[in-house]
Amino acid sequence: MGVRKAITGAQASAEAMRQINPDVVAAYPITPQTPIVEEFAKYVADGVVDTEMVAVESEHSAMSAVVGAETAGARAMSATSSQGLALMWEVVAATPGLRLPIVMSLVNRTISAPINIHCDHSDVMGLTTLGWIQIFSENAQEVYENTLLAIRVAEDNRVQLPAMVNQDGFITSHAVEPVEIFDDASVQRFVGARSLDRALLDVKQVRSVGPLVLPDYLFEFKRAQEEAMSKVFEVYREVGAELGAITGRQYPFFETYQTEDAEAVIVVLNSAAGTTKAAIDIMRAHGKKVGLLKPILFRPFPYAEVREALKNVPVIGVLDRSMAFGACAPLYAELRNALWALDKRPAMQSYIYGLGGRDIMTTEIEGVFEELLSGKLDSEHQRYIGLRG
Amino acid sequence: MPTLQEIAWKTDGPDIRFVSGHRMCSGCGIGAIVKTVLAASDKPVVVVNATGCLEVVTTTYPFTSWNTPWMHLTFENAASVASGIEAAYKALKRSGKITDDVNILAIGGDGGTYDIGFQALSGALERRHKFMYLVYDNEAYMNTGDQRSGATPFGANTTTVPVGKVSFGKPQWRKNLVEIAAAHRIPYVAQTAAHSIMDLYKKAQKGFNADGPAVLAVLQPCTTNWAFDPSLTMQYSKLAVETNFWPLYEVENGVVHINVKPSNRKPIEEFLKGQTRFRHLFKPENAHVIVEMQKMIDDEWARLLKIEESGIQF
Repeated sequence: MGVRKAITGAQASAEAMRQINPDVVAAYPITPQTPIVEEFAKYVADGVVDTEMVAVESEHSAMSAVVGAETAGARAMSATSSQGLALMWEVVAATPGLRLPIVMSLVNRTISAPINIHCDHSDVMGLTTLGWIQIFSENAQEVYENTLLAIRVAEDNRVQLPAMVNQDGFITSHAVEPVEIFDDASVQRFVGARSLDRALLDVKQVRSVGPLVLPDYLFEFKRAQEEAMSKVFEVYREVGAELGAITGRQYPFFETYQTEDAEAVIVVLNSAAGTTKAAIDIMRAHGKKVGLLKPILFRPFPYAEVREALKNVPVIGVLDRSMAFGACAPLYAELRNALWALDKRPAMQSYIYGLGGRDIMTTEIEGVFEELLSGKLDSEHQRYIGLRG
Repeated sequence: MPTLQEIAWKTDGPDIRFVSGHRMCSGCGIGAIVKTVLAASDKPVVVVNATGCLEVVTTTYPFTSWNTPWMHLTFENAASVASGIEAAYKALKRSGKITDDVNILAIGGDGGTYDIGFQALSGALERRHKFMYLVYDNEAYMNTGDQRSGATPFGANTTTVPVGKVSFGKPQWRKNLVEIAAAHRIPYVAQTAAHSIMDLYKKAQKGFNADGPAVLAVLQPCTTNWAFDPSLTMQYSKLAVETNFWPLYEVENGVVHINVKPSNRKPIEEFLKGQTRFRHLFKPENAHVIVEMQKMIDDEWARLLKIEESGIQF
């Protein structure tokens, strides 16, 4: 049993980092990630953690310093949002190829322009092809536990890949919720210490890291990276079972809510899944058979498991909090991919909602369910929830 | 201070940290610079290398010239990566996970230092990480075929500011990286050159032993893109000093000391001639460019002497 604390998603992230007690944290503040950095800086200032904190001059340098520290042999972490992620993109892209198990919090915020500090998923969806493990969190509790989980999955020898833990900017990062924090000793036993196996600072084992790799070898490097990504599923299950022994919870690739007999299911990431559950409860009370599938592990994407979970659902609506301009929205595209192999494919509808932090209400979710149940769908065109005009 | 023979043994003996077999251009001075600097450390050296000539020619997978821990990430962040390595070093030492003492060396060309890596360098110097930053300055983006940089001298012909009917090459003077680094009030900054092995070695040693960040700016005559005979690299390095084009000086705890004061400075033409990048300056219509260049060099030198004489600290 843990202790329940009233904290925000940002504090939940910092709390996980406190327990992980990384050797190095390098970060640059950006709204809405700033409270993570500030909270963690307080831990450093009070000697609560042993971390060497590098308050760098940009996000590009934040990720560069974290890569330097991890290559050196440290366990290093960072956190960012939106423009910060965009600025560090180059180094974020290089990290999986170096096989560095860096864990970073991403507090999801709109990418400019127009500039806007509020939540949508246009930051993370711009780099889901790079090779980071992507984990999404509905609330502060999940932020906390997913951060602990991510460390072990990323650092597993079968994986050795970086992981990003996503939470919705402001909606999750700045809202106070009760969060169950488990005792330091159990959590620290679970996270353990990072192996120094490939440390650059192990000067007796001289290594050259990050060499020039030409057409004769690069392809093989990338194939090995994909192999490591494919191992994430089994490692995630194993590590999730270990964490579950402490928390009493389960760590599935996705959560299903009222899907067993559902005639229509909504698929949505992060905090809007909570809103959807509330809408489902209202509609179920009126006899409407509706349900939810909330992806948690987004990279690698569990296509087969999602297909299995939704194989009997006749109508599926996918809600994306970002657009892919000129193409299927990112989550919708994954669902179409996952369900394509079914003999009897469901009717599908893509919806865009909540860009730039626009609220989404239970009434709007109910409207989506009604539309899905009505059968008046157009799978070739996305629809917009709460759009003016 | 070791003798030249002893330095030679350190750079070519059994404990060598940078081995032969790399793919540098014939006559390139980078190898000599790096070997000398690495030899000046009495501790193992952990190197972080910005993208550029040195990185490309020494680590073509599966080969490496580095017999010392080495890493490369991208172009503009060697100093930030070094910040992270230093932070890791402090943390892992403190927790007892590692025991060996090391020196940390970041290396970049002028592109990765004066230009794209400038912010990262400034940030790392301001945060006072204990590391040395070595820039081998070949005065343009030579790895990609001679595009101008913030270190390219006035009047030089480059592929991005070429000589043309209305252009005599680069119309701006270059940045003074040594003074910019010194303005961060770091313990040690020095300008040195490839031909002056003793000066280079001594300064590298001071940089490694400094109580905080150190910056070493080394001129690296580029046989390929300055386009001179590969046998003349050290000759051009020497001429750069003898013409006061590249003074050898250091700023130690803010105090400026000029290491070499040519008694009879040679005219700048001595340095310019034979280099393809300056060939156009010898046409009559460009005579004014050389005059202007000479004046700038003399003014800069007079200014440097004044700073040294004044004893005013950076």
